[in-house]
Amino acid sequence: MATHALSPAVPAYRGGIYEWLTTTDHKKIGIMYVINSFVFFLIGGIFALLVRTELAQPGIQIFTNEHVYNESFSIHATVMIFLFIIPMLAGLGTYIVPLQIGAPDMAFPRINALSFWMLPLGGILLLAGFLTPGGAAAAGWTSYPPLTERGPLASPGPGQDLWIVALILIGTSSILGGINFLVTIFKMRAPGMTLFRMPIMVWTVLVTSVLVVMATPVITSALVMLFIDRNYGGSFFNFQTGGIPVLYQNVFWFYSHPAVYVMVLPAMGVISEVLPVFSRKPLFGYKAFIFATAGIGALGFSVWAHHMFTTGAVFLPFFALMTFMIAVPTGVKMFNWIFTMFRGQLTFSTPLIFAIGFLTMFLIGGINGAFSAAVPVDFALHDTYWVVAHLHYVLFGGSAFGVFAGIYYWFPKMTGRMLDETLGKVHFVLMFVGFNLTFFPMHMLGLAGMPRRIADYAGDAGWNDWNLVATIGGFIIGVSMLPFIWNVLVSLRGGKIAGDDPWEGNTLEWATSSPPPPYNFDRLPDIRSERPLFDQRHGLLSGGHGGGDHDDPAHDDAPKAIPAGGAAS
Amino acid sequence: MTAEAHAMTATAHAEPHAAAAGHSRGISNPILGMILFITSEVMFFSGLFAAYFATRAANQPWPPAAFKHILDPLGPIMLATILLITSSFTCQFAVWSIRKGDRKGYIRNISITFVLGIIFLIMQVYDYSLLFGEGMTLGSGPFGTTYFTLTGFHGAHVFGGVLMLGVVLYRGMAGQFSAKHHDAVEAVSLYWHFVDVVWILLFSILYLIP
Repeated sequence: MATHALSPAVPAYRGGIYEWLTTTDHKKIGIMYVINSFVFFLIGGIFALLVRTELAQPGIQIFTNEHVYNESFSIHATVMIFLFIIPMLAGLGTYIVPLQIGAPDMAFPRINALSFWMLPLGGILLLAGFLTPGGAAAAGWTSYPPLTERGPLASPGPGQDLWIVALILIGTSSILGGINFLVTIFKMRAPGMTLFRMPIMVWTVLVTSVLVVMATPVITSALVMLFIDRNYGGSFFNFQTGGIPVLYQNVFWFYSHPAVYVMVLPAMGVISEVLPVFSRKPLFGYKAFIFATAGIGALGFSVWAHHMFTTGAVFLPFFALMTFMIAVPTGVKMFNWIFTMFRGQLTFSTPLIFAIGFLTMFLIGGINGAFSAAVPVDFALHDTYWVVAHLHYVLFGGSAFGVFAGIYYWFPKMTGRMLDETLGKVHFVLMFVGFNLTFFPMHMLGLAGMPRRIADYAGDAGWNDWNLVATIGGFIIGVSMLPFIWNVLVSLRGGKIAGDDPWEGNTLEWATSSPPPPYNFDRLPDIRSERPLFDQRHGLLSGGHGGGDHDDPAHDDAPKAIPAGGAAS
Repeated sequence: MTAEAHAMTATAHAEPHAAAAGHSRGISNPILGMILFITSEVMFFSGLFAAYFATRAANQPWPPAAFKHILDPLGPIMLATILLITSSFTCQFAVWSIRKGDRKGYIRNISITFVLGIIFLIMQVYDYSLLFGEGMTLGSGPFGTTYFTLTGFHGAHVFGGVLMLGVVLYRGMAGQFSAKHHDAVEAVSLYWHFVDVVWILLFSILYLIP
């Protein structure tokens, strides 16, 4: 497109280290988010493999004692949730959202940089717990008191305090990011980009940001109270001095359930970008999808206590009903996706394959989740491996597959080069097989009564075989990262040149060069629908003079200059 | 599908000209950002308030016998409350001044607000010292824990607000604000009102509710 001729060659992904450390460009920051999150994904994965190795057979094998095992699964979960999934999706959003709405950058570029730099700092603080006497946090990623109260039998060391401080930092990063996204989306859209012409990815980031801004401060308050209890003799959760341990669970889950949607909605957005492009059809039910997203966001605030059914302290019928209800908008989305593909001209490129992986695995995760929404079933399944299976089907089978779909889809835009398709498919097959080998047996283990968070189990409990299968699957997932990393490293230098729009995309990020110039756009096509590039390609923009040279914007009267820097303030 | 429908019906070319001005219409970026930030702060305090009510309900009698009359709404805290509410008014007068381009009035009013905020903080420290003297601390059971956490975090927010007021006061004296360009003032005043409202709620639940 015109961008090549007009903009000097400014590679967005090269430049000195100083430039990267000081950049406020949303594209560089987005790429740093993605790389940082992927590094923590590998770190969290190593902890997961340690846990799986320990559980491969009964007895204590690799850990010197159970406490180290507790640290491993606690840090695994904390890293995966707070330093991989949430920031990875935030990073994709940081890169893509301004491009998709035709903006030159985020609304607050320096706050954007601040949001990013809090993440590695938080991660280092979290992992620094291993260097302290008593080790890192070991009370699970939920860190319920009284396990986390300071005491010889609970969590005496500073590792738990580092966990708290790290999470407050990461949470603050999320809040600032959420505010930034909302202002960007509400105030920086290109002319013609009405709310109902925004790409679905932008809509999901919008709803996610509302959840982040409204829910994350609540966990900050929980963490602050826990910190006061541990360090200043407070009595919020300490039942010996009149505190209420269940109060922590309420405040914690008031954030952490909406956080589940923070972890999955942008991945749904990625899928909703990928499926139409590779089916060569518009998204089926664009508005229904948006309302379903908003519905999930709203209902997401009324289901937190389904994590606490067995405490006996919550109103069971209400939370069970709301939990079943939230499956309805999710089901609407499944129909959107399936009927987008139905009778489409499917091109089975890697992004689409990962998107289909998301659909199938998320469906299983939704169904086994609905089982545990039923109160009597949940009483039997609570804190068993069934729950571990459920959450991994949603967060790994769902979000992580969506993340990889997004990386394969936008890598050409970020770097200007294509990823290798064969290696991508090898990556998918290994990850898909490994994932199901790891987590499907956990359903059986859960039904057989195996509790989560145990380091050892009796050899005659009947859990040996499935645990071994799960461990083998875990290592296959680990191996599946190798072709991916190799693919990225090789493609960065020798990959096929992508061009502006390798996938024939629908949304504005494909209207600029790959990688885009620092200011994103020289010119924008007119925006008349949620698929401005489709309209341009097919000459639908200027009152149906469809016969023209569809790829040459110079012959199209539609494109017009955007006000240069008009949105920056 | 909807896409085709959009593309077919949206042929009128008049619309983008109206939308082209979209960037400058409505609320400005910094003010919207501040409103969203205040939203998150409201949720943060909601968590603390929820903890307060839950703890209070579980610990009767409230206040505990040892601290029966320690929180007297008619003591120095009443004066601090009146000063903080007054500062919210002077802050708004400052906003109205600068909206009219009256820089002198702006500086006068924002200075008063700034000083009132500092006096409130000093009075809070003094109040804390009195309470410590009577043996009430963060560690003295749910009553002390909730009191000092809630008022402490509010005090921290007042401190943050005073810093912000200091910045807009300095910038005002440097002549950086005018009737057109004073987003920072509007944003800081929103934050200051928020801090004030939180204090009114805190004063009500901590001192007035029997």
